[in-house]
Amino acid sequence: MENLHLEGSAKTPSIHFDAATGKLELKGRSIPENSVEFYKPLNDWIDAYGKDPIGETSVDVKLEYFNTSSSKCILDLFKKLEAISGSKTKVVVNWFFEEDDEDMEEAGQDYQAIISLPFNIIEVEEI
Amino acid sequence: MIKNDIYELYQTMERENILLSFKGVVTSDLLSSVLSIMESKMDYMDESPKLKKKVFNVLVECLQNLYHHIDSNEEQDRNFTKIEVKSALFMIAKKDDHFVIRTGNYIDNESAIDLEKRLDTINGMDKEELKKYYQDVLSNGTLSDKGTAGLGMIDIARKSGNKLEYQFLPINETNSFFCLNIKID
Repeated sequence: MENLHLEGSAKTPSIHFDAATGKLELKGRSIPENSVEFYKPLNDWIDAYGKDPIGETSVDVKLEYFNTSSSKCILDLFKKLEAISGSKTKVVVNWFFEEDDEDMEEAGQDYQAIISLPFNIIEVEEI
Repeated sequence: MIKNDIYELYQTMERENILLSFKGVVTSDLLSSVLSIMESKMDYMDESPKLKKKVFNVLVECLQNLYHHIDSNEEQDRNFTKIEVKSALFMIAKKDDHFVIRTGNYIDNESAIDLEKRLDTINGMDKEELKKYYQDVLSNGTLSDKGTAGLGMIDIARKSGNKLEYQFLPINETNSFFCLNIKID
């Protein structure tokens, strides 16, 4: 299947979803007024990928900012990943935050509390 | 005297150390410009990256609240001209070691009652309760057609770390003016 690559913008993150390696990355900022439109193709891609995934799927979330409209869409994306995780593929989420950014660390914990996927919350110097 | 009025306004803004203020219709393009201006302004400030991030985050939510609220007022009230209903005010100020974001917009009285209840609920919660409340709304809520999640005010309260100061000024039988004052430190 085709990979999904989107350039980042002032209000949306860059997206690199690679079906052959099972590596999915969201990076940058996600602050569009209405996130639904932006996240739709991401969810569609995961649906398609979930039909024939590779054994291990890792999702790297490297966000500098995200708004509350995106927070709901990100949760829906995690739910899709939760749904495809099982016998065909093991999904792991890596949630990155910049040192001292407690808000982004807590945001990772919020998702960790709701989603039943292995969730690594990782501190880095710069995202 | 126009000249004096401008000078007074200038002095007020100087005294309050207002970094940026705007009154008018809040559009998506305006938000992009304001956020970009604020980011570059804060780049030159000595504050911690953590505080700058908080300010940026809270600003995004405040401005998007205004944007979505104005959007929902499409069916204009008879007592207002279209521009008044769609118009809002916001300002960002720096005072000593903290930032203040203030917004003002018209709101119909029915929505004001709901909003006041929500704000009081949020203001009655401590840090841990807010976190729990956020997680509840996040996992059980649904997105509106406009893409709003009902999380904006909770998020503002969590990130600012302070109570949300607000006031509803009665304007007429159907409308009020909603003033919100957020301290971020």
